[in-house]
This record gives sequence, structure tokens and C-alpha cells, in this order.
Amino acid sequence: MAALEAAAIHAQLRRRFGDAVGDLAGTGRDASTTVGAATFPEVCRFLKTEPALAFDCLSNLSGVDYPKRSVIQVVYHLFSYRHRHWIVLKVDAGRDDPVVPTVSHLWSHADWQEREVFDLLGVTFDGHPDLRRILMPEDWPGHPLRKDFVEPEEYHGIVTSRESLLKA
Amino acid sequence: MSLTGFEVEVQREVNGALATEDMTLSMGPQHPSTHGVLRFVVRADGEVMKEAIPDIGYLHRSIEKIAEKVGWHGFIPYTDRVDYVAAMFCNHGWAMAVEKLAGIEVPRRAEYCRVIADELCRIHSHLLSVGSMAMDIGAFTPFTHAIREREYLNDLFEELCGARLTFHYMRIGGVGWDLPPGWTEKVLRFLDRFEPIIEEYDRLISYNKIYAERLAGVAVITAEEAVDYNLVGPNLRGSGVRYDVRRDEPYSVYPELEFDVPVGRGEMGTVGDCFDRYIVRMREMQQSCRILRQCLARLPEGPVIAKVPRNLKPPAGDCYVRLESARGDMGWYVVSDGTAFPYRCKIRTGSFAAISIVPKVSRNLMIADLIAVIASLDLVAPEIDR
Amino acid sequence: MSLINSMPEMALTTRIDDLLNWTRKSSIWYMMFGLACCAIEMMQTGGPRADLERFGMAPRATPRVSDLIIVSGTLTLKMALRTKVLYDQMPEPRYVVSMGSCANCGGLFQLAYSVCDGVDKVIPVDVYVPGCPPRPEALTEGLVKLQEKIQQERWLVRKTAPVGVRA
Repeated sequence: MAALEAAAIHAQLRRRFGDAVGDLAGTGRDASTTVGAATFPEVCRFLKTEPALAFDCLSNLSGVDYPKRSVIQVVYHLFSYRHRHWIVLKVDAGRDDPVVPTVSHLWSHADWQEREVFDLLGVTFDGHPDLRRILMPEDWPGHPLRKDFVEPEEYHGIVTSRESLLKA
Repeated sequence: MSLTGFEVEVQREVNGALATEDMTLSMGPQHPSTHGVLRFVVRADGEVMKEAIPDIGYLHRSIEKIAEKVGWHGFIPYTDRVDYVAAMFCNHGWAMAVEKLAGIEVPRRAEYCRVIADELCRIHSHLLSVGSMAMDIGAFTPFTHAIREREYLNDLFEELCGARLTFHYMRIGGVGWDLPPGWTEKVLRFLDRFEPIIEEYDRLISYNKIYAERLAGVAVITAEEAVDYNLVGPNLRGSGVRYDVRRDEPYSVYPELEFDVPVGRGEMGTVGDCFDRYIVRMREMQQSCRILRQCLARLPEGPVIAKVPRNLKPPAGDCYVRLESARGDMGWYVVSDGTAFPYRCKIRTGSFAAISIVPKVSRNLMIADLIAVIASLDLVAPEIDR
Repeated sequence: MSLINSMPEMALTTRIDDLLNWTRKSSIWYMMFGLACCAIEMMQTGGPRADLERFGMAPRATPRVSDLIIVSGTLTLKMALRTKVLYDQMPEPRYVVSMGSCANCGGLFQLAYSVCDGVDKVIPVDVYVPGCPPRPEALTEGLVKLQEKIQQERWLVRKTAPVGVRA
């Protein structure tokens, strides 16, 4: 059990994958690196199977909408129970048609987390076994966590706003 | 001969045995035993399930989107509702994330107040979990015992912060109010009363033959599966993985405190079965009592909140903090863009992962065992749906 | 010819109505419809300290055998459709108590996109209990108000004017 620093893990990734792995940004546990979507599955497989790294747990998978940069960024926090070290990976996907390859074949936790990012942000995960809405109803229009989401006026006959009694 | 249009066929035989068909049941969203609004679509052959697929989202209150509308300080009441059974941890997680982004240092007395509130809340949550589990298995009385003990805790919390359930006690930079005069003596009196009661529960239910047989060997989750599905907290420790954020990546004043981390040992059945997850919770309550006594003994003087501007604007960036909630390691990923409103807040909870393992472990279990599995994983709907 | 609401208001008929209402209000069985945080307070209200059982109120699992549905917690749009189905399955006479701010008007989740602002958008409500969450004493007061409302109902006696709750 040997915990590596984020810089050491990043150096190993750079040695193996070259320019597909971006620079390390941030400090400490939040040090993150951007990975290209095309090589992302191999990077993850390497991180999981390499004995010195052994990232056996996907701790968190979040999607963040950046309309100013026209991307939706998917952030992966990976943890290794064997070595007790962390790494943060970020994948950018174009906002108009966001597609990111799935990692649900590597970490089973990614299955539901990717469904949630699909539901709330509209990112399609290539190769996911069962990509459908998980939190919102099946017939909900739009993806709520996007910055330009407009709430529908009514849903199945229920009006979604309520007049405040405090107004005179 | 047909009755009202139905062809009643009795004793249709296939290969000498009575032919059966699978039935699809919808358990929920209103169901007395599903710990909140969860729905399971169960395909069963009589009593034995072929698969149980969870259907969630009935309590999705868009808390993550509301964070972007109400601001850094204003989000704390909403964090209470992320996991209302253990609300102090959620307050603490959000406060820790914002303090990390903004570089705010919390005074020592405030850290001790936070840990005291956290550990009391852990006992509060585990009591409800253990009580509801007993009720779901069929023993109604332990539930009333648990509710009775929770009432004493509710009195303590009400004196501390004014609320019985959704506390809103912690603030960014510390806690809302100092401990009231005489409150620490009341907590010690509660602990003196409560520690023998845990042993009473052990005598009542833990090693009770019926209870143990209902839970032992049911839904065994191996350590590899638990890590793969990102189970955390008592679910993970019940499968034998000794990992506790308070011990392995300590935050607040936990490095100064002594406590054990209970792990499932397969006492009644196999390591990782429902009984192990249950017994880990019971032992954790005992450890929480130990931590509380240490904190109350070494409570320092000083302010209980740092000076934090009302119009807080943490610098742009992101951070990921974790803390050991009652349901396990709760992760808060917060992105700031330098304004007075959070840019994105993602809450990664233990119950979301725990419910995703239910289809896997519930194959060939009986429907009544599904209830035991749900109760032993300590699922709460608000954590799953947020 | 039905006897319901057919008799004039006399000493005997009002006494019979009072007796009927007294038996009905003393054994209201509520359906366990705990949605969110208020459900925990509802459980505490049914617990040993603020005991609901002494009013004759027992929790029931299905809508088919319950008189009352205590909507405790936030009603999301996804759940609102199912709530209507459950309410329709309850046999009459049935009552609805909306417990907590979220069920009354959406509460602090009025900012949410997925929350139905108040359960009275889908089913008619008899008593609103404010609070976030309401204390067990508050819920008990709301249920006692419901009992007063039930006591005012007219079964044998002809209905004349809309009945209100005695102050």
C-alpha cells in the first residue's frame, strides 16, 4: 500500500498517453487533469488495472455546464482503497451534442451516475447499457441542470407556479 | 365452461409439475416498508424474486439547482433536507466545502461543537435506522424504544439549535450558537442513560434467534463488490473493508479523538450479510458515545464562528470534500465562479450507490428478504433523489 | 328512499348525528403516506411521547382501509400523479390533512422545478398544518381540528348551511 501524490500519478499518465492528458491544475486533493474524450476509456482502464495505481473506486461523477465555454464538463473523482490515493479527471464535451464514452464497464457505480448526468444535463454516454432518465419523469421536457433550462408552465395538468398570498 | 368470460384453467401441468408464471409487482412509491418514496418493480415467481429494479425520482426536489439560486449562506437550510435523518452532517459538509474554497479557518471551539453535534446526530440516525429495520423485520416494539430514545435527543437538539429535525445549526465559519448553559451536563446524563440501553437492544433483538436467522447470510456483498459499487459507511464496513473518513482522511478535530472503527466479521453468517451491516451500526453508536465523552471533557473556550462576510464571494475554483455521515462517506463537489452564488453543487451520497446494488443482491431472494435488504442498506429517499 | 340528510333538526336526530360523529372521529385510521422530513415527525407523533393512538388513530398500510391521508412532505410532480391515484382509491368518507409547508404550498421548495407547489393542486385538503416540520403537538392540534370538523357533519339531519369548524 503506497499512496502516490497527484503529480506522480499525472507523470505516469503523461508517460503513457502523451498529449491526450492535459496539464495538472489545482493543488492537493483537488489537483485535476483534463483528458480527451477519445482516449478516456483507455486512461481509465490503465488507472484501474495498473498495480501501482489500482483505482478501484469511482467516488464521484458530476457534470457541470459551462455555457460561456460552450462545453459540458464531466468530472470524475477516482480513489484507490488499496493505496489510498486520489486523482481527478475532467472530460469536456461540446454543448450542442455532448457525447462522452462510458466507464460503467470498469466501475459499476458509474452506471447510475451516468444516467443521472444524462437525465439532468443531457450528456450521452457512448456504450452505456441502459441510458434512460432516472430522476425526472420519462416524459419530462429538457434537461434541468443546464443553465438555460426554462421550467415548463404545467405538467400533466398541474400548474407549476403558485400565486403568493402575500401580494396585496 | 367459462365464468364471466374468463377461462379458468386449473392444474395445467408441464413436465409433471404445476405450471407457474412470473408476476410483476410494483412495490411503492407508497409502501409502508420502503423507507420513503421508493419504488421497486419486482418480477417474482411466487414469493421468490427473479429481479427487483428500483425506480427513483419521486422525491427529487432539485436541491442542487436551488444552490445556484440562493447563495452560499442561504443554502444551509436546503442541506438539511438532503438527508433529514442526519441533517448535521449535511450542514457540516457544505460548510467544509465553502470554507475550503474561501480559505476560512474555523475556531477550535466551533470544531468541537460541530463534532458533538455530528456524533449526537449519528446516534439519532442510527436509532431510526435500527428501529425501522426491526419494525420491517416484524418486531414492532424496538421501533417504539428507538422513538423514545430519539425524543430525548430531540430535546437536546431543540435546546441547542431550536429545531428537532432540520437543524440549520452550522454556519459557514463555525456554528450558529454556542452551547447553552447546562447543556453539556444534560448530554452527559443522556449518555449515562443511553449506553446501557444499547446493551438492552442487544439482548432484545441483535442476538435474538429469529432476528439473526432473518438477517444472517442474506444479501452477502463481498468487499470487491462493495468497492466497485462505491458503497460507503456501515454498508462498506459491514463487508469487511476497514475505511472510515474520520480515521483515514480526518477532518475537523477527529485526529485528536480516540475511537474504534467497527467492521463486520460474519458473526452470525457470512461477512457482508445484512446482519453485519446492522451490527456495525449498533457498535458505531457505542463508539459515538465514547467520542462524545471525550469531546465534552476537552471542550475549549473561544468564539464559535469566524468572521465571514455576509456577501461571501469565494475565489473561482472547485473542491471536493468528504465527511463521514451516518450513511457513510458523503461527497460535496462545489464549483465557484467568484460570485455570491454557487456555480454548481453536486452531492454524492451513500444511499444512491446502495440502492444501485439492490438488483444485483436481490436475485433469488424472497420478497420479505428484499425488505430486510433495503433496511440493512439504510436507504433514505432524500439522499437518493436529492 | 334514503335516510341520509332527510330528517328535520330535532333533539333525537341531532343526538344520533352527534353519536355517529363521535364514534367516527374517535377512530380515524390514517394511511402511512410519509413522503419526506415531515414523515419522521409523523412517526415521532405516533411514538410514545405524543401518542396518536390515544386518539384512536392507527397507521394503516393501504388506502383501501384508511379514512385519512396525512400528506407529510414534499410532493414532487412525479409523485403528484400517484397521489391522485391513491386518493381515488380511498373509500368515502375520506379526509386529507396537509402536513408541513411543502404539502401546504411548496414550502422552501417553491424554487424547485420538479416540485408541485402544494398538495391541494391535486386533491382537496381539509386541514393544513403549518411548520417545517410541524412539532408533534402541532400535528396533534391539526388532527383535533379535523375531529372538530367531523363532529360538525350532518348525516340524518337535513343540511341547511355550509358547516364550519367551531372556533
